[in-house]
Amino acid sequence: MSTPIVAESKGFELPREQLAVIRWNIIFGFAIFAIGVLFGLDQAFNYAKVDLIKDYPGIHSYYQGLTLHGVLNALVLTTAFANGFVALTTARGLGRKLNGALLRIAFWLLLIGSLLAAFAMLTGQASVLYTFYAPLQAHWTFYLGLALVVISTWVTSANQIVTLRNWRREHRGERIPLMAFMSVATYLMWDIASAGIAIEVVFLLLPWSLGLTAGTDPLLTRTLFWFTGHPIVYFWLLPIYISWYGMIPKQAGGALFSDTLTRIAFVMFILLVPVGFHHQFTDPGIPVGLKYASAVLTFGIFFPSLMTAFAVMYALEIAGRRAGAKGLVSWFFRIPWNNPSLSAQVLAMLAFFLGGISGLMNASFSMNLRVHNTAFIPGHFHLTLGTAVALSYMGIAYWLIPYLYGRSLWSPRLGVIQSFVYFGGVLIFSRGMMMGGMEGMPRRTQLALASYNLPAWHIPGIMAAIGGTIMFVSVALFFVNLVMTVAAGEEAAQGDVPFTETVQPPAQTGWEAKLDALRYWVVASVALSLIVYGPFLIAYLPPHLNIRPLQFP
Amino acid sequence: MEAYEKSFLVASGAVLVAFLLALAYSVFAMGISMPGRMEMIACTADQKLRKVLRVTPPFDNPGVHETAPGKFDVVVIGQTWSFAPDNIELPVGAEVTFRATSSDVIHGFMIVGTNVNMMLVPGEVSSETYKFSRPGEYLLLCHEYCGRLHHTMSGKVVVK
Ligand code: HEM
Ligand SMILES: [Cu+2]
Ligand SMILES: [Cu+2]
Repeated sequence: MSTPIVAESKGFELPREQLAVIRWNIIFGFAIFAIGVLFGLDQAFNYAKVDLIKDYPGIHSYYQGLTLHGVLNALVLTTAFANGFVALTTARGLGRKLNGALLRIAFWLLLIGSLLAAFAMLTGQASVLYTFYAPLQAHWTFYLGLALVVISTWVTSANQIVTLRNWRREHRGERIPLMAFMSVATYLMWDIASAGIAIEVVFLLLPWSLGLTAGTDPLLTRTLFWFTGHPIVYFWLLPIYISWYGMIPKQAGGALFSDTLTRIAFVMFILLVPVGFHHQFTDPGIPVGLKYASAVLTFGIFFPSLMTAFAVMYALEIAGRRAGAKGLVSWFFRIPWNNPSLSAQVLAMLAFFLGGISGLMNASFSMNLRVHNTAFIPGHFHLTLGTAVALSYMGIAYWLIPYLYGRSLWSPRLGVIQSFVYFGGVLIFSRGMMMGGMEGMPRRTQLALASYNLPAWHIPGIMAAIGGTIMFVSVALFFVNLVMTVAAGEEAAQGDVPFTETVQPPAQTGWEAKLDALRYWVVASVALSLIVYGPFLIAYLPPHLNIRPLQFP
Repeated sequence: MEAYEKSFLVASGAVLVAFLLALAYSVFAMGISMPGRMEMIACTADQKLRKVLRVTPPFDNPGVHETAPGKFDVVVIGQTWSFAPDNIELPVGAEVTFRATSSDVIHGFMIVGTNVNMMLVPGEVSSETYKFSRPGEYLLLCHEYCGRLHHTMSGKVVVK
């Protein structure tokens, strides 16, 4: 009765050369992560008023380091991981090889783009933070690099669409296997969402940084940025959801309950792209009505996230009960916690739950006025991006790296320990940052050298430094395990990508089957975006290119 | 669909509606408002914004202006890396409308311990009204990264 969420459920192997490109993506992503996280340490100490950045070789300022931390972690690592991992899940979902040329092109675009941006940042010509708000100006290589990174995701998406179309031609009338559905939906959402940043960079920032226009329009660039800046969160999250929905139930020894609910959750993310105005609650120049409207839509996002919580927890419960758990909560302790891939990702889910609560707080704009741009915000998103996503990457790596290298994990035990250490660290770190934020402790500020300070920030800052150090140590343990696996892990059979089965199989007829008509969801999402952003843009355009640039090393 | 799935969907819907009602209440009943569409400052690419501001009301005259008994307009310009004025003195109970802008990059304008929290975008005017009912010295700071010495951009509001 249960149905596997992939085609070719007996087994499937990608051609070696395609697997190699996926491996490059993942390894490149983690190499970037290793650099990005170095700056987390000095930032955490900064809030305890300890200045470490002066000892970082070649780095001129706190903000240069912060730019590297944000761009490398939030933009490059996430894209590299998604491009590699979701290409793999598309192929495995369909039991079909990808287009090899597109796969390689996407990787090279990502690599060259990242190197260009890294050049600008490391030479101190792009200390503009990962939000690069104009009229702060970076060297043109920074913008060009980011544009190439975005284009690499479009090429990845094209590859998925081509592969899906070929599969469908041979499987007329069949439902898209769930793992492939989730994968393709993730990138379709991102294709729409990334339009804002692409327009901003290509039409406004790049020509401006090349001196082709004298000035730029800060409010318009900011608005385009946040059009993407909100749903980029989905782009970080959805590859992880593929693992949470599609793999964790299997790894835990359970099964995913509902095929339909899972597809609905992904479709909702496609529809809920245009809510970026909620990042501009405190901006002048944005009509108040739009702010209210996007506040309403924003609450809509909690819906698919609650569905996810339900679906995944239920899958874990099935697993715990299969393992013999009886009581109300004992199932939670019966899942295989000694598997580092599982422990990391279940802890990531718990962090996401806490992050969700703090997210609700800052989505309500009355609270937002208290915490906007304070340390509360990084406190919040190190639970979501910094843990729910990043710790899940590490959890996935615990099977993916052995899978890609045909070796077994060097030390599963160290992996389990590492995941708990990270979780403990982030709880302390985020608690401190949020506490400080409620007292007005600003984010993105070199507090160690600031001209002001408040006694209420003292304890929170120390908590941030302690928690941040623990997280940093944990990441180091992760890399030890990773390197040792590649260098000295025992050779093992390659195995297969873990995939679950659904208890409720996909319906073959009726409205549920219509969920697979992805193109209509894309059209609906574009229409919704036009409704929310169209009137503002019509009233606002043409751009007011009158503000001059400023550059700081 | 299973009853289990359905009841979960209904329950999460109910939670969200409750949050929205609370939000609506905070806006309408408690009178919390956000900065909305305001006027823009006319400036062309070959003009220096700083110079334009010097002749554009109200920014030609930054500072504290009493508009009616107990009511004040406080006009502030943010620039790298200071506020003008950066020492704002007000009587207890003052009902203040801050009108602020930036003459270069994006700055922040936060008065710690109050609801005053705005972005200052060059070319745009930000406004926010707040009543200072308690005496004390409030920290005013820039909480948007605005360049190398961002962390030195601060001021104070003294209420007595
Ligand atoms: C060792 C672990 C980490 C530590 C100690 C750490 C610490 C910090 C601190 C203290 C800040 C705030 C800096 C400021 O506002 O002045 C920050 C910002 C940030 N972190 Fe982390 N972090 C860590 C890992 C991560 C990870 C894994 C990610 C994402 C994958 C991440 C993404 C970010 C982003 C996007 C920012 C915002 C940058 C900005 O405001 O421009 N961090 N981090
Ligand atoms: Cu500033
Ligand atoms: Cu600043």
